Amino acid sequence: MKVLVPVKRVIDANVKIRVKADQTGVETANVKMAMNPFCEIAVEEAVRMKEAGTASEVVIVSAGAAQAQETIRTGLAMGADRGVLIQSEAALEPLAVAKLLKAVVEKEGADLVLMGKQAIDGDNNQTGQMLAALLGWPQGTFISKLEKNDSGIKVTREVDGGLEILDLKMPAVLTVDLRLNEPRYASLPNIMKAKKKTIDTFSPEDLGVDVSPRLETIKVVAPPPRKAGVMVDSVAALVDKLRNEAKVI
Amino acid sequence: MSLDRETFEQLLDTVRRFVAERLVPREAEVAEADRIPDDLLDEMRALGLFGLSIPEDYGGIGLDVEEEVRVAFELGRTSPAFRSAFGTNNGIGSQGIVIDGTEDQKRRYLPKLASGATIGSFALTEPDYGSDAASIQTSARRDGNLYVLNGTKRFITNAPSADLFTVMARTGAKDSGAGGITAFLVEADTPGLSLGKPDAKMGQQGARISDVIFEDCRVPEDAIIGGVEGQGFKTAMKVLDRGRLTISGTCIGVAERLIRDSLRYASERKQFGKPIGSFQLIQAMLADCETECAAAKALVLDAARRKDAGEPITKLGAMCKYYASEMVGRVADRAVQIHGGAGYLTAFGIERFYRDVRLFRIYEGTSQIQQLIIAREMLKEFRQ
Ligand SMILES: Cc1cc2nc3c(=O)[nH]c(=O)nc-3n(C[C@H](O)[C@H](O)[C@H](O)COP(=O)(O)OP(=O)(O)OC[C@H]3O[C@@H](n4cnc5c(N)ncnc54)[C@H](O)[C@@H]3O)c2cc1C
Repeated sequence: MKVLVPVKRVIDANVKIRVKADQTGVETANVKMAMNPFCEIAVEEAVRMKEAGTASEVVIVSAGAAQAQETIRTGLAMGADRGVLIQSEAALEPLAVAKLLKAVVEKEGADLVLMGKQAIDGDNNQTGQMLAALLGWPQGTFISKLEKNDSGIKVTREVDGGLEILDLKMPAVLTVDLRLNEPRYASLPNIMKAKKKTIDTFSPEDLGVDVSPRLETIKVVAPPPRKAGVMVDSVAALVDKLRNEAKVI
Repeated sequence: MSLDRETFEQLLDTVRRFVAERLVPREAEVAEADRIPDDLLDEMRALGLFGLSIPEDYGGIGLDVEEEVRVAFELGRTSPAFRSAFGTNNGIGSQGIVIDGTEDQKRRYLPKLASGATIGSFALTEPDYGSDAASIQTSARRDGNLYVLNGTKRFITNAPSADLFTVMARTGAKDSGAGGITAFLVEADTPGLSLGKPDAKMGQQGARISDVIFEDCRVPEDAIIGGVEGQGFKTAMKVLDRGRLTISGTCIGVAERLIRDSLRYASERKQFGKPIGSFQLIQAMLADCETECAAAKALVLDAARRKDAGEPITKLGAMCKYYASEMVGRVADRAVQIHGGAGYLTAFGIERFYRDVRLFRIYEGTSQIQQLIIAREMLKEFRQ
C-alpha cells in the first residue's frame, strides 16, 4: 500500500503572529517556519504503518514556495521514503491545493492519503474533503484511531457528540486529529540521511492545474487586545455584573 | 562546517525542541532522585545524542567542533546533569579512541559508544594527583603479553554506569613523568576492576561519579590506545583540549537559560509598585550577564572555527574554559540575587543551577590550571 502524506509549511506554532502594517496578511519575513502540527501527526502515522509493514512506501508531498522543501525533509527525516514538491510562489487556496494533490495521487497511484485535518495558519479545514470529492474516494475526517483490515480501513472519528466509527473502502482520504498519536523527534542520524532521499519537483503547469485565486482577501486585522479584568468583592456584585452588564444570565 | 546549513539547522532545532519539551520539565525530578530515568536515557539514545562527535564512519554524527559547540549551547539550556549522561561518550570517554586509537579499536568500540549501548568514562585523576596529572601513580606492569594495573582513580564521571574506561597508568618508572604514562582501554567487567560507592556532591545530581579501583587488573597489550607505550599523557591532553570547548559551550547555554529566567522574573515581580526590572541596579546585573555571556560566546565560536581550520588552540581553548566557566558562575550568582528569596528556594530551580555550575570551574582543569596554560603559551609565543 502506497501512502501519500501532504504537508504544509506554516509559521511555527510557538511564534507570536504579527499582522502586516498594510493589513494584507501576516508577517512571514524572518519568521520561524515549521511543519503544520496536524501534518506531523499524519507523517507519524504513515511512518508507523510503514514500520508495521502495512504501508510499502510513504511519499511526502507539499505545495508551496521553494522552501517547502525543508518541510518535506522534516518528513523524510521522520522516516518517509521520498518527496514531491509542487513549487508555486503564488498563494494557494484549498481548492487549488486539492486539485494539485489529486494530480499527484493519480501520478503516484497512491492507495491512501493521510493528511492533517487543517493547517494552523488558515484554519480552513477544507483541503482533505475537497480532495476526496475530486477523487471520488471515501473520506474519514478528524480521525483519532486507524486500523487496517482485510476489506479496507476502520477509523474512529472525533465528532461533537463523541466518537464515530467508520469502515471505509480503499482507496481513501483520511484527515487526522490531535489525539491520533504523538509524533516522534526525527533522530539526528536520520536528519542527515534525509539529505540523500529524493525530492521530485513539479510546477502547477506540469500537472495541468490552474491555481489562479478564486477568493479575495479584503483585509487582515489583529484581534482586539484583551482588556484587564476587574476584581469584584462579593458574589452579589458578580451576579449583578453578569446580569446587567454582560447580560449573560 | 561539515553539514550544509539547512540540515544543521534542522538538527539544532530538533535538539532545541527535545531540551525544551522533554528535559526541562524533568529537571526537578532528576535532581531529587539523583538519577536520570531509563525512559529518558532511551530517548536520548534514539535521538542520537551519544554519537554527536563520533565520526559517521563509526556510526556517529561526526559534528565538527563549531557544530558541537552550537549543539552544546542548546544542551546547556537545561540541567547539566542531562548532558553528563552522554557527555563522556561524546567527549573524554571516546575521544582518546577517535584521536589516537588504532583502526581495530575504533571498529570495536566507537559504534557502540555512538549508539549509547556502551558508556565510556575517562580515568585520569587520583586521590593524590589532580591538577598535577603528569605525576599519577596507578601502575601498569608488563607481564608477558599482558599489563597488570594497580591503583585508584578518583572522581570518575559516569563510572557507576560505565562499560569502558580510558585509563591513564604508568608503564615507566615512578619518576618517569608525563612520558611514562600510557592510556589503556579497560572494559568494566575485567577481573580486578571495582568501583567505590557513588560520591555525594554539591550539585549536578543525576550525574554520578565514583572511585575506580584496580587490583591486579590484567589487560591485553592491544588495550593500549594507539598500541604504543608512553603516549598516554599526550592523548589525555588532546582529549581535554577539545573537551574545553564543549564545556565552554555548555556554560554559555546555562548562562543564556539563567538570563532568560532572570528577565522573566524581573519583568513579572513587582516591588514599590513597579517591575523590579525597571530598577537600574537590577538592570546593571542583567546588562553584565548579557555582555559577559556574549563575549564568552564570541570567544568560543572563534576558537571552534580555528580548531576546525586546523590551527592549534591550546591557549584559546584554555581561555574559553577559564572565561566561560567563571562567567556562568557570576551569571548564576546574579540570577539568585535577581530572584531574591525565590532564588534561594529549591522550588524555583535557580539555586540548583547555582550549585550545578560551580563544577565547571573545577573539572577538566581548574581555573588556576587554565591560567597557567594561558600564561605558559603566551610566554612561549613571546620567546619565539
Ligand atoms: C564532579 C566531578 C567530576 C569529575 N570527573 C572526572 C573524570 O571523569 N575523570 C577524571 O579523570 N577526573 C575527573 N574529575 C577530577 C577533576 O578533574 C579534578 O578534581 C581537578 O582536576 C582538580 O584536581 P583536584 O581535585 O585534585 O584538586 P587539586 O589539584 O588538589 O587543586 C586544589 C586547588 O589548588 C589549585 N592548584 C593546584 N595546582 C596549582 C598550581 N600549580 N598553581 C595554582 N593553583 C593550583 C587548584 O586550582 C585548586 O584550586 C572530576 C571532579 C569532579 C568534582
